Amino acid sequence: MLLSIILSIIRFVKGPCYTDRVIAFDVMTISSLAIIAGVAYLSNRIIYLDIAMVYGILSFLGVLIVARYLEKGF
Amino acid sequence: MNLLAIIGAVITLAGSIFLLLGSIGLLRMPDCYNRIQAGTKASTLGTILSFAGILLIMPGWWGKLLILIISVFITNPVSSHVLARASYRIRVPLTKATLLDKYQEDEEYIAVHEKKSDKT
Amino acid sequence: MIIKIIALILALAILLMAIIAVYNKKLVVAIVAAGVVSLFASVLYLLLSAPDVAMTEAAIGSGLSTVIFFYVLNKIRKNRKDHA
Repeated sequence: MLLSIILSIIRFVKGPCYTDRVIAFDVMTISSLAIIAGVAYLSNRIIYLDIAMVYGILSFLGVLIVARYLEKGF
Repeated sequence: MNLLAIIGAVITLAGSIFLLLGSIGLLRMPDCYNRIQAGTKASTLGTILSFAGILLIMPGWWGKLLILIISVFITNPVSSHVLARASYRIRVPLTKATLLDKYQEDEEYIAVHEKKSDKT
Repeated sequence: MIIKIIALILALAILLMAIIAVYNKKLVVAIVAAGVVSLFASVLYLLLSAPDVAMTEAAIGSGLSTVIFFYVLNKIRKNRKDHA
């Protein structure tokens, strides 16, 4: 069940070319967020979901910063 | 209780299949904008489905999982839109199969309209 | 068992992204690759059952260092435009 998520990351590290890496970064973060939820279910600890929240907010901020940089300045 | 766990496992499987399809689309699409579309939309749906499946398996965790679902649902389309606009502004080339470019027509229309308003 | 498989694949991904970050000529790609290295390292800390270290690594490595790198790149580009 979780093996398809792992396959998605593998497919994806080979990834597309230059500027498209940012999209790659976004999808990688999102799928690793799903992996964190799965690990939290497997090891039966609720505190892991906290880290998933921090992750989501930080990935959003990172993509936003890169896009603002590409689009001439802050 | 057992039925709920089975339904949750099926939904989580559907979510991970959506993630896999999104990454395959990310590899095979010919263009930057097509890649943004395929990757972000499919991965948003896949993540939300897998969180919903875990919420059905473990009903005691509903608070944090609900916050996660809402935050992914808000932030991921916003980041996709900002990225698409930035890559249009720095003139990433389209594919040769592109038929319509509505945004360019819109910008030309706005430019012509502003010139007319300057003249009058 | 499945946790071991995930950890092994994440370690290989960290190695590949580090090689990309060192050998790439474009600065933006290198910075994004460094962010991905830190992010996967955070997931690896989580798999080794250390949630606090994982949270710190995610906040500092993946968030703050990327933001500071892009801020500095923007400053450099503005200075270069002023001189030229």
